[in-house]
Amino acid sequence: MEAKTWKNPVIAWIDYRLPIFSMMQADLVDYPTPKNLNYWWNFGSLNGIVLVIMIGTGIMLAMQYTANVDFAFESVERIMRDVNYGWLLRYMHMNGGSMFFIVVYIHTFRGLYYGSYRAPRELLWIIGVFILLAMMATAFMGYVLPWGQMSFWGATVITNLFSAIPLIGESIVTWLWGGFSVANPTLNRFFALHYLLPFVIVGLVFVHLWALHVHKSNNPLGIDVKGPQDTIPFSPYYTIKDAFGLGAFMIVYLAFVFFAPDFFGEPDNYIKANPMQTPPHIVPEWYFLPYYAILRAITFDIWFVPAKLIGVILMFSSILILLFLPWLDRSPVRSARFRPIYKQLFWVFLADCILLGVVGGHPPEGAWIPIGQAATAYYFAHFLIIIPLLGIFEKTRTPPTSISAAVTPGGVGTKIKEAAE
Amino acid sequence: MSTPMNKLLTAAAVAAWIGVAAPAGAAEAPEIPEHDWSFSGMFGTFDRGALQRGFQVYREVCSNCHSLDLIAFRNLAALGLSPDEIQAIAEGYEVEDGPDDEGEMFMRPARASDYFVPPFPNEKAARASNNGALPPDLSLMVKARKGGADYVYGLLTGYEEEPPADVELMEGMYYNKVFPGHQIAMAPPLYEGSVEYADGTEATLDQEAEDVVTFLAWTAQPELEQRKRMGVKVLLFLIVLTAMLFALKRKIWSDVH
Repeated sequence: MEAKTWKNPVIAWIDYRLPIFSMMQADLVDYPTPKNLNYWWNFGSLNGIVLVIMIGTGIMLAMQYTANVDFAFESVERIMRDVNYGWLLRYMHMNGGSMFFIVVYIHTFRGLYYGSYRAPRELLWIIGVFILLAMMATAFMGYVLPWGQMSFWGATVITNLFSAIPLIGESIVTWLWGGFSVANPTLNRFFALHYLLPFVIVGLVFVHLWALHVHKSNNPLGIDVKGPQDTIPFSPYYTIKDAFGLGAFMIVYLAFVFFAPDFFGEPDNYIKANPMQTPPHIVPEWYFLPYYAILRAITFDIWFVPAKLIGVILMFSSILILLFLPWLDRSPVRSARFRPIYKQLFWVFLADCILLGVVGGHPPEGAWIPIGQAATAYYFAHFLIIIPLLGIFEKTRTPPTSISAAVTPGGVGTKIKEAAE
Repeated sequence: MSTPMNKLLTAAAVAAWIGVAAPAGAAEAPEIPEHDWSFSGMFGTFDRGALQRGFQVYREVCSNCHSLDLIAFRNLAALGLSPDEIQAIAEGYEVEDGPDDEGEMFMRPARASDYFVPPFPNEKAARASNNGALPPDLSLMVKARKGGADYVYGLLTGYEEEPPADVELMEGMYYNKVFPGHQIAMAPPLYEGSVEYADGTEATLDQEAEDVVTFLAWTAQPELEQRKRMGVKVLLFLIVLTAMLFALKRKIWSDVH
């Protein structure tokens, strides 16, 4: 961090003792950023902003919400009807959850496409996987709070998964519930944890950014920054680009909030939780559907291992496998731009994930069972077979020697160069 | 970006095709006919006449069995009713209050701040009076069913006196085209002339159903008009702001490209 002399004496005084202004100058203004980042790189900062929106609306909702099985549903409706702009807070929070997952999934798939997880950014990637896990836990518990039918039965199904653990499973489930079924103690602890975990995510985000700022952003070419000619300062170039991206994102997000606020929701959650009546079709929120499909894919025991346990293991493995991706991928280049086969298979993998989501939204019967099994098998084969083999056999193209060589001044960009190759 | 985008679309198309081709065993959902609502669309508002007529239908027909727990009499101001009219409606209901200075609970006429009085004191009483079935609360009904307003309208107008030949109705059940499983415990609630509209509108079955569904759409989302009005302004502002940010971005980046 270079010492900078500040003209304002107050700032200079503080900065000499606690170099917070120098840090902001170095990490938010001067921060050297590859000059060729495309719009897929907007989603990192968007994630941060959505997190802030979620915490802001969430704290205000918590001031009006009652975490008790007798009042939770009514207190949410009271927020919707009697609290000034309560409907806006609640719809922003509810749709913000879906938007958060859309943005984080795009951010993750951008990393997969351009090889952002490769050395030296393995830890950056791994921290990102932990952020995703923390988000999933937060979202799951948040969905329980309105105490509708899907809240209750979703919580029952998902917490019951832990009963698949041999020997101690049943005890763990009782411990999680704080009783012998999903009930008031469960709702209370879910509320406490739903309030806590976002701040854990904030902490993880800072570590994520810390790791990012060591080796700086990857870029669409997947090659290292060779010198100052390859970079531009973060401000004003990327601050304005991120601001424009934020504006575009807010249009989409708020269009849902104001005109289709229940688009992502389940109608059943407007029915108050009733432990005596199971809904005909229990589904999680859309962003969990692919994992739900993997969970239900296994319909057969393997030796002495029951199907349910295999499903649970596979579901958790589907996320945890991402932790090993930096070492599964041995390709000599990072970016899919120079990997003709991976470039195709990336889209096949994305289609497979979407297909898993479709399967997860249907009852496990008829043709959905073999389709779900095939899609699950492909999901794991992508990581365990395809990516390692591609690292050995794929004929990669040679990336340009530097970013500035690829992005020549005067409007000739990477695309034209790519087309010429 | 064009080639990856094309591939994404192809992939989505493949997924959609598999989605369409596959559901052999999926339970078929009855088709819900679409209806044109005053409150749909970006600029939709509740037709005040339909709201007031719908309230009349609720009060004279539905409220005999169905509660409306989330609505207070004061909320009826949104229907275009005056405070005096609301007061008069509230006074038609008796609510329990107390304890008084002697420690006794007592009944008094409802005030505007009170909530609608449910027709049955508890679930057991409701079931006992309805052949074992529980009439659900209607406050959120339009949001709580797939298909929303169209579904509720389809249900109210979807009764058939004679079920198809292959359907065997259970004791005390009625055939409904739209209800999942087609057997519903609620007798057809609305007929031509079930109510006599105060404003002289002809009380056909379709009219009654449309009015009461409009009323229930309001009880489910009383914020709808404010939400849409605000949404139009917010989106217009954001579109202008984003366009300006884009122009600024182009200007700032002009020396890099």
